[in-house]
Amino acid sequence: MCLAVGVTSVSYGAISVASGLPFWFPVVMGTLVLAGSSEFLFVGIVGAGGSPIAAVLAGLLVNSRHLPYGLALPDVLGSGWRRLLGVHLMNDEAVVFALTRKDPARSYWTCGIGVLLCWPLGALLGAGLGSAVSDPNALGLDAMFPAVILALILPSLRDARARRPALLGAVIALVCVPVLPVGLPLLASLAALAVLPLFNRKVVERGQA
Amino acid sequence: MIVAAMLTLAVGTYLIRLSGPLLRKRITFPPTAEKLLDTSAVVLLTALVAVTALTEGSGPADAARPVGVLVGGVLAWRKAPFMATVLAAAATTALLRLL
Repeated sequence: MCLAVGVTSVSYGAISVASGLPFWFPVVMGTLVLAGSSEFLFVGIVGAGGSPIAAVLAGLLVNSRHLPYGLALPDVLGSGWRRLLGVHLMNDEAVVFALTRKDPARSYWTCGIGVLLCWPLGALLGAGLGSAVSDPNALGLDAMFPAVILALILPSLRDARARRPALLGAVIALVCVPVLPVGLPLLASLAALAVLPLFNRKVVERGQA
Repeated sequence: MIVAAMLTLAVGTYLIRLSGPLLRKRITFPPTAEKLLDTSAVVLLTALVAVTALTEGSGPADAARPVGVLVGGVLAWRKAPFMATVLAAAATTALLRLL
């Protein structure tokens, strides 16, 4: 699991540097934000010349899933300073571990601290590699970024209830690219969620038929 | 400016993480709302894939990039290892640019 996090973080570091951010940036952001997909989104928007405000909004929206995570999490955080650090360690993997393993507290903390170490270190390695390359596009690094995100979200896209609004959102975003400033087409994709109930009703009806 | 944006994201994310454990004893979150948040993350990230794979600035990207991403996507769909899919995407794009 930590290996997958490590590999992802190396590409995250390399991509951040390739999009013109200083080499320390992905490492510091990796430690302080510690939520991979929001960091990818942030770097994607800022790297393409988009507004930092749009990058923050998109990042916060992606991270809003940590609210239900925190509600679902068993009592693993402890109290005092442990609790303050434990909250920061909350991520997709740690929550799944805490919900499914026999010893929730130990699984949560082991996974959380593992990610806290692997993610910034991998980003540092990636930033180093990225800085050494003179023309990142010649190596296809610009294709690496969407490929990384695609590989990460594919398991979710196997579910039709997520796939339909996701594909519709992608179309909305693409249509908006020529007319909206960078970053905003991504937020516009969320309009697909407004028609989500219609999709779901169809799925239910088909299921009953 | 970018550092301030990063710090805002960091603080905001921490507060989102903190609010769950704090609220847990007081409210119950409807599962439909939870599902909606999950789906909105997938929608945003899929749009990110589409926009970064197919566009450059406000116009289309060169063909080499989407082809590389497609190769990576097919490999990922067939459950190839993560590293293989990502490297195949970059290699395909790099090779197409050499031609």
